[in-house]
Order: sequence, then C-alpha cells, then structure tokens
Amino acid sequence: MEPTSKHTPDGDRMIVNMGPSHPVTHGTLHIVLELEGEIIVKATPNIGYLHRGVEKLGENLTYQQFIPLTDRLNYCSSLMNNVGYTLAVEKLLGIQDPPRSQVLRVLCSELARIGDHLVCIGINAVDIGAFTAFLYLFRERETIYDLFEMMAGQRLHSSFTRIGGLFRDIPPEFEPLCEQFLDSCPRTVDEMEALLTHNPIWADRTKGVGAITPENAISWGYTGPCLRAAGVAQDLRKAQPYLGYDTYEFDTPIGTTGDVYDRYLVRTEEIRQSLRIVRQCLDRLKQIGPGPVIIEDYKIALPPKEKVYTRMESLIHHFKLIMHGIDMPVGEVYGATEAANGELGFYLVSHGGKSPYRIHVRPPCYPIFNSFDEQVRGRIIADAVSVLGGMNVIAGELDR
Amino acid sequence: MAAINLDDSVMTTRLDSVVNWARKNSLWPLPFGTACCAIEFMSMMASRYDFSRFGAEALRFSPRQSDMLLVLGTITNKQAPVLRQIYAQMAEPKWVVAVGVCASSGGMYRTYATLQGIDRVVPVDVYVPGCPPRPEGMIFGVMELQKQISRESLSARKEHVEQFYRSLARQEELQQARGLSQYQVVREMVLEAGAQGGQRIW
Amino acid sequence: MVIERIEAQLPGAILDRHAFRGDETVTVAGASFLAVVDLLFGEGFQMLLDVTAVDLETPEFRFEVVYHLLNLASQARLRIKVPVADGAAQPSLTGRFKSADWAEREVFDLFGIPFEGHPNLTRLLMWEDFPGHPLRKDYPLDGGDPFCSNDIGASYSPEARSLNA
Repeated sequence: MEPTSKHTPDGDRMIVNMGPSHPVTHGTLHIVLELEGEIIVKATPNIGYLHRGVEKLGENLTYQQFIPLTDRLNYCSSLMNNVGYTLAVEKLLGIQDPPRSQVLRVLCSELARIGDHLVCIGINAVDIGAFTAFLYLFRERETIYDLFEMMAGQRLHSSFTRIGGLFRDIPPEFEPLCEQFLDSCPRTVDEMEALLTHNPIWADRTKGVGAITPENAISWGYTGPCLRAAGVAQDLRKAQPYLGYDTYEFDTPIGTTGDVYDRYLVRTEEIRQSLRIVRQCLDRLKQIGPGPVIIEDYKIALPPKEKVYTRMESLIHHFKLIMHGIDMPVGEVYGATEAANGELGFYLVSHGGKSPYRIHVRPPCYPIFNSFDEQVRGRIIADAVSVLGGMNVIAGELDR
Repeated sequence: MAAINLDDSVMTTRLDSVVNWARKNSLWPLPFGTACCAIEFMSMMASRYDFSRFGAEALRFSPRQSDMLLVLGTITNKQAPVLRQIYAQMAEPKWVVAVGVCASSGGMYRTYATLQGIDRVVPVDVYVPGCPPRPEGMIFGVMELQKQISRESLSARKEHVEQFYRSLARQEELQQARGLSQYQVVREMVLEAGAQGGQRIW
Repeated sequence: MVIERIEAQLPGAILDRHAFRGDETVTVAGASFLAVVDLLFGEGFQMLLDVTAVDLETPEFRFEVVYHLLNLASQARLRIKVPVADGAAQPSLTGRFKSADWAEREVFDLFGIPFEGHPNLTRLLMWEDFPGHPLRKDYPLDGGDPFCSNDIGASYSPEARSLNA
C-alpha cells in the first residue's frame, strides 16, 4: 500500500501501515504510523473501509425497513441500536410504547450493553496477549446470545424493536435462563478481574496509556465510558432519562485519568451495574404482568394476524402500512440514547413521505477515534494497540 | 530371523489422497474480518463451537502463513483492492470462503459503496449464506470445503488462480497508464465488467 | 432564554427558530455563524456532537449544514442550521471544537461543501479520487452499477427494472 504521508522522508523515520487487514484492528481500520524507532511521531487513521452507504440507503427505504440496517451499526450490541432508532422515530411521531415494552427494551438494552463490554474487554485483552480472559467472557456472551435467540429468534442481529413497541413478547423459558445468567455472570466477571485487574503486566500495558483531561475529552466530543473514565459524569440514562431509566436504581462509575486502565475499570463496573438493572427489570415484569408489547394504533404498528385475517378494517390498515408506509409528520428530530460506547444519535428529517428525507447516524466512536493521533503521539507502538482496544472502535458504526 | 508383517505398519494409497487429507485437516484460516460476521467467527473460535477441532487453531493473520481466506463481513469498494492484494500474497494452495451474504453478494447493501459480492474480484470456493451465519453454518461451509479439497488433483494447476494473477497484472497496468489510485481502478474495472454483462474482473 | 440573549446581542443573526417535539432549532445566517457559536460556547454549549448536512435542492440555497450542540451543565441541546448555496464555503469550527475535524471532512466528502480554515480538508469515507459526492440528491444510489438494483421492485430505486422486461 502506498504511504500516505506527504512530507519528505527523514532519514530515521519509517512509515508502517497498521491495517486495513490486521489482527488488532477491530473491523477494518487503517492507521498510518510514522515511527522513529519505536516511538510514534504521527498516527493518521484512515477510515471508510466499511462505508456501506447506509444513510443514502435509508433515504430509499421506509422507516420500518431501516431497522435491520441499524442492527449492523454497532454489531456487538445490536439491540441498543434498534432501541435508539425506534425511540427517535417514536419521538418524531410523538407516541410512546406500552409499559411492558418499555421494561423489555431496558432489559434487552442492558443485556446488549453487557455483551458489548464483554467483547470490548475480551478483545482488548487478546490484543495485549491475555487470551484466557477472552475465552471466559465469551462463555457468558454465548448465554446472552441464547437469551436473544429466545426473545427475537436471532443471536446477533435481532431487529427486535418495531416502531411503537417490540416484535413479540418474551417466551416463558426466558426468565429461568436469565436468572441463571444473573447468577453466573458476576462470577465470570470476578474471574476475569482476578486475571487482569491486579496483574502487573496488564497494569504496565494500560496504566497511564491514553490519558486524557476532561476538557480535552469534551472538546473532542467524547461520550460514554471513555468520557466517564476521564472524570466527566455524563450518562444520558441519568442526565436525560428515557424509557423510565430514572425509576431504576443504578450507579455510574466515573474514572480519574481517562487512561486505558480506567476505561477497563469503568466498563467492568458498568457490567455489574447493568446486571443490577436486569434484575430490577425481571422483577418489574412480574409486577406489570402480561400486556401488549406494541401500541394498538394500526396507523403505525401492524395489526395482529388474527385481526388481519378476519376483519376488513385491519386488512386495510395492514395494506396501507406495507404499501404506503406510516404517515409521518413533517419535521426533524434528533433522538439520542446511551449506547454501550456513548451517545448514539439519530437525526431524522421527514418531509412527510414514507421514507426519511435524510437520516444521519451520530456514532459514539467517531469522535473518539478522531483523537487517536493525539492519544498515541510520543508513545510506542505497543501503546497504540492498547489505546485502540480501549477506545472500542466498531467499524460498522464508524463508517456506516 | 522372524518375518516382518508389513501389513500392520505400512499402508498404500495415492499421493493425491494423502496430500489432500493433510491439507484439508490443517486449514489455517486468515480471518479477513471486516464486520459482524467476524463476531460470529469469534464465537466459532471460542469454547462452545470450537473451530480448532478442524485443525484451524492457528489463526494466522499473515497471508504468507495461511491457506484459507475467510472473508467475514461486507467488502466495500474501498476494501476491494486490499482484498485482492491479500489474496495475491497468499501462497498456493489457497482457498477462499465467502462467509455471510455481504461477502457472497453484497447482502442488503445495494449501494454505491458496497462491492456486490467478492466473487467479482477474487475467485471463491465456498459461499456461506446467512446474516450472520450461525457458527454451525460456518463450520458446515468449511466441511464442504474439506470435501472439495479431498477431490482435488495435485497435477492440475488451478485455472482460476492463473486468471486472477492475470487480472492483477491488468489492474497494475491500468493504474500506471491512467495514474489513478488502486481503489478507482478496481471500481472502474468492476463497472466495465458489469456494463459488458459479466460480473467478474478476474 | 439563550436564543433571546443571542438575538439581543446579534440582531439579524437568527433567521428562524422553532421547537418541535422538544428539540430547539435555530437557523443562523452564514455571515454571523461564528459569532453565534462563540456566544453559545460562552453560555456553556461546549460539546459539538455532530456536524451534518441536508441536500434540500431549494433554489436560493441548496444545502443546510446542521450542527448539534450540547450544554453539559444544563443538559440543554440546540440544533443550528446554516443555509449554504451550492459551491459556497462554510467557516470551519476546528479552532473551537476538536470534534469538528472529521465531522466537517465527512460533510465535505459526501456533500462537497468546503470548509474554510480546516487543517486537512480531504475525503474521509470515500477514496481520494472518487468521482462525485454520494449523498447529494442527484447522485444515484447504486453509483452507476447495474448489478445493484437489477431485480428490485418499484419501491426502492427510481430506475427500477422489472423482471418481465
């Protein structure tokens, strides 16, 4: 691959490509490193290797048809993207989903958040060389996959939410497996912490690496665990609550220096807090009891099949929804949720048609990866690997 | 002196069979992971599905040291020349498995930016559909590849590999002649092939 | 409140304001854009979440560049829209917000709107010699590739081809 640096090469400077096909790059990222010996003088990230044209495709699809595309943005925690997108569309419509659907959305969002953090910490560990932690964590992720498969029928890309609620209710086998998960996951996280947290090699590789001040983090547009590790207490679940998050009891861990070690600790603690929320969701589901999981407004949500086959009115509603889409109001809206990586925003512009006029996704890891050069300048290549893992850059949402 | 009973210690077979048996049971994959299928691949390597039972424990991210290219995820038009270069750098014998619908045919991304199937730019041996395919599906795909390998013959050089190297030479010629970047050259070759009715540039 | 203060200090800067579903939006004239942003920064809107654009194809100005700002202290959000004509440049915010770096490069790449004062205004998501700007409304979804849309029905692309043809 041709080097992309434009200055005349210095005698000692070497240009090394990390990627686009590299074991450490999560997805396809390309970083051009200018090195003097092992010290990085400049790091230029080159992105766009997974730019699939999702935003332009969204302009030609209906609002409901865009939901599977959102799954594939942050593919480690697909359900959170679904929830974020349908919340933005529901904000545009001005509707709210029923209470049971809200609790289920919180439940699956938190399970997806746990899954994402498990992958992030696991892959960060594998890149640095700690392979065992990854195997232990993936066992828990397999249980989360089983739970998702029970709920939505698919392990990874579930497209579980619909505009106005959810695809379907959870089956009765879900609760016992979820209880079993709530029992085994804390023990696995403890095992992983025993391997990593006080490990001198882990501390050497991650402490002090990629530290960032709160002002700098805010200027870069950081959100999520990386911002909280830097010391800024910003969590959309507490600051701008949605889906009833203000009624759940949980804490948000805040770090001090913002380095990779702090990010790891923040993510580990967030897993534990998410487990707390899942336990509260299960209790709340028992309290609420059975009920609808999608709104009964057939101008927005499809009527159930029994009604479509027996009543003329429902048949017409079904036809209208599939052929002409939902009657959207004219306007624009920005809906943001606290995804696993930070603030995932959807900016929707509607001119009243069945497809959005413009849909833009604000990925949380985009500004974080933008700051990569500043984070690794003056450090050695091995630190570039740790920093990249700590940022949790997911190419699917970075490039869209 | 006792007579040696050779039947217990020597077996006779064809050279093809032995070599194919060795090759198919020690496929070292190059996980060319771009998107979500790479996460399912990680699940496949983890303890529940355990891909290393098939001799594929050694994940070599270097094309020089691997023989099976697993294309996991969407290949965009920007990534296409990179994929070609990685395939070119692999030593023969080499096989390509297109995992997932994005690699097989472009998937749901029918846009300006996505390559509509990697078989437009590199030769493919096995396609595994699914979005993402379950780990069992990917394992089945590799088992199909193993069946294919056991039917191969050592003497015949693979025609498709030769065609690929010729297309790589054509790509470099075009790059020199028109001064374009490799991404634009591959994109133009793909569009040209499409306009003429074919899909492949190799 | 904030918007009234801006109106008082910079009369004529704000062309339009409205609130829809709880989102505050102001449309700002291009000439006073930097002054408005400086005022807002002083008021506490210190995080630039996103810069994007919409191709409206209206005759007076083709694009609208959209900025989303967040005030961490009061958790207030604000959307600023600036109308930009085809070919006109927009001042860059990289001096004030570091997150404007890639966000503006992406708008330049996908829409073709140049940003004055940006340290490295090159394509980001597409490759350097990619012809055209994909997110403009006159750019086809399939980018000229006949195999993208050869068997889809009428609901997707304008040049849909029928299976029976």
